This record gives sequence, structure tokens and C-alpha cells, in this order.
Amino acid sequence: MTTIIGAWIAAALTLFIFSFLYKDNPFYKLAEHIFVGVSAGYWVVYEVRNVVIPNMIEPVSQGRYIYIVSGIMGLMMLTRVLPKIGWLSRWAIAFTVGMTSGYFLVTYLQSHALEQVRATLLPLNSPNNILIIVGVLTALIYFFFSKEHKGVFGKTAKVGIWFLMIAFGASFGYTVMARVSLLIGRMHFLLSDWLRLID
Amino acid sequence: MRRQVPLVITFVAGMLMIISYFIPRQPFGGLQNLFNQWFIVIVAFALILGALNLIKVNAEKIRRKRPGWGYSAVLLITFTVTVISGLFWGMEQETVFGFIFRNMFVPLGATMFSLLAFFIASASYRAFRARTIEAALLLIAAILVMLGRVPLGSYIWRQFPMLANWIMAFPNMAGQRAIMIGIALGTVSISLRIILGIERSYLGGGE
Repeated sequence: MTTIIGAWIAAALTLFIFSFLYKDNPFYKLAEHIFVGVSAGYWVVYEVRNVVIPNMIEPVSQGRYIYIVSGIMGLMMLTRVLPKIGWLSRWAIAFTVGMTSGYFLVTYLQSHALEQVRATLLPLNSPNNILIIVGVLTALIYFFFSKEHKGVFGKTAKVGIWFLMIAFGASFGYTVMARVSLLIGRMHFLLSDWLRLID
Repeated sequence: MRRQVPLVITFVAGMLMIISYFIPRQPFGGLQNLFNQWFIVIVAFALILGALNLIKVNAEKIRRKRPGWGYSAVLLITFTVTVISGLFWGMEQETVFGFIFRNMFVPLGATMFSLLAFFIASASYRAFRARTIEAALLLIAAILVMLGRVPLGSYIWRQFPMLANWIMAFPNMAGQRAIMIGIALGTVSISLRIILGIERSYLGGGE
């Protein structure tokens, strides 16, 4: 019984969202607000049950009091809603920003810069290898804004733009395919799980 | 006190992450693990802060009976039901939370994103009018990748999937790699500025 009720609720909400294709209407707004409420609720529950309880409440209840620091800093974060003591939230924000900066500094340097440069150092023995080297170098030249894009430098940067455009086009194609795949999934749900018109 | 202490905290946290990467031994390795656990808990509280803000904004809308306050009431009711059911009765499949997840959260999320397929179609019509070489390259790459990924593509021409794979593996890879290197250099410079206290915008204005 719950499966049938669930399918009807899911189908109704799906149709409410698709009704936006005609124009903005109360059904769409209702589904949109339900989505925001449910999403926010889901992530709060997820974080409390999977992060706060195992990483703070459980260690503290076992006598490892050092973990209470994260709880104190977390409460400091919540002071943001109280204007008089809102400045306390800066301590927690500073900690997360510092951690993220330090982590990204080393990992991005390793994975996004050094590894990519290493992977580009290819032997010039095939057209594909040459294409990659030329593409990376010209696109990097396009990103170099300390020199005006004129003359040979400008023309090289132009070739870089072509490579970037191909990359954007490929990413766009992939995104379209992903969205269409989701659309097919929803249509399949409506026609199969809900209406049972197809297997 | 209100601005200096956060700068010190940022410096210590950032430097510890860098040092522990190069010297993963004690005390740095242990401290890094501890800081990581603190970090994820604080981030969870940041999400709770976002939820509190959502409640505040919508409760205010209901209190002042602003246009569309009924939708805010629906939002708060669904939020409350989801949180209470999840916190008190668990997240398993057969619970109320599981029911909400399966029949509301998942279909709503998937439909919202699938809706973008239509908007992408209209956006691409505007973007793909190949007036320049750059726009033409974007158009051709996108069409070839799309055709190479669907059965229709190989039905039209058997080589389409191979061509799409070649685009992904070479010209696309070159462009993506340059973007990644650019992102990395930008990230490194902004991270250094933050850790050294040169970049302070994250602290906000005022005292």
C-alpha cells in the first residue's frame, strides 16, 4: 500500500515540476517549496547522524574530551544568527577557511598542476601527442593576461581559444546527455512505475 | 581580538595542513587527523546554520503574511517532518524518513535537473548560432560528442563513437588540462594569500 501511495506522490510531484514548462504556476511553486524543505531536512539529518554524532558526540561520551572543541566551534558558527555575538562565528569560519586553503594549496599543486604538466610531457612521435602539447601550451598562453594578446602571441592565444571551445563543447555535450538521461528516467518512472504502460 | 584571532587561527590551520603533507609523522599527522575531524563537524554546523537561516526567513514571511506565505508554511512543515522523522526514527528504508527520501527527495531532485534538459535546448539554440569560428567549434564538438554517445549516432555513421572518443581524449583533454593548470595556479596563489593574512574578505566587514 505504501508503495502505491509513494508512487502517486512521486508522480504528482514530478508532474507539478514539469508543469513549469507551460509557465510558472502554484503547483510548481508548491513542489519547489516541498523540495527545498525536504532537501534541507535531509541534509540536516544526514550531517547530524553521519558526522556530528560519530565525530563529536560519541568520542566525547567515551571520555575523549578534545573532540568537544569542534562542538564549541560549531556553536560559534551558529552565533552568526545573533548580531551581538555574531563575530564569534569568524573563529569557526577562519578555521574552515585555513584548513581548506592549506589542503587545496598542496593537493591542487600536486594533482592539478604538477601531475597535469607531467602528463603533458609526451614524446613528439605521434600527431595526437603533438595535438595535446600544442593545445595545452596555446590554451595556457591564452590564460596569460600580463602581456597584451597581439601579434604572434595573440595568434597563439587564438589557437588556445579554439582548444578551449572544443573542451567547452565536449563538456556541454556531456551535460546535455546527462540531463536527457535524467529526463528519460523520469519519463520511464511515469510510464512504467506509475501508469504501468511499459515494462 | 575580533579580527586578529581569526587570522592566527587561519594561519595555524593552513600551515598545519601544508606541513603535515610534507611531514606526515607525529605530531603533525595526528594533529591533521584531529583537525580533519573538527573540520567536518564545523562544516556540519555550517549546514545547520543554513537551515536555521531558512527557518528564520520563512517564519518571518509567514509572520508578516507576505505574498506566498502559504508556500513558506509548506516548506517549514516538510522541513520539520523530515528532520523529526530522521532524527528520532532513523534513516532506514522502511522509516518515514526513508519514505520521504524515496518518494519526494529523489523524484523531485531528478525532475528538477531533468527540467534543465529543456532549458539547455533553448540555451543551445541561442549559443550555437555559429557566427564565429569559436562558436562553430563549440557547436561541432558538442554535436559530435552527443552523437557519439547515443545509438542513433552509430546508426548514422559507425565511426561517430570513435570520433567522439578521440575528441574527448585529445583536443578536449588539452583544453581541460590547461584549465586545470590555470585553476591550480589560481588556487595556490589565493590559498597563500589567505594563509598569510593578505586576503581577509572572508572575515566580512565591521569590527
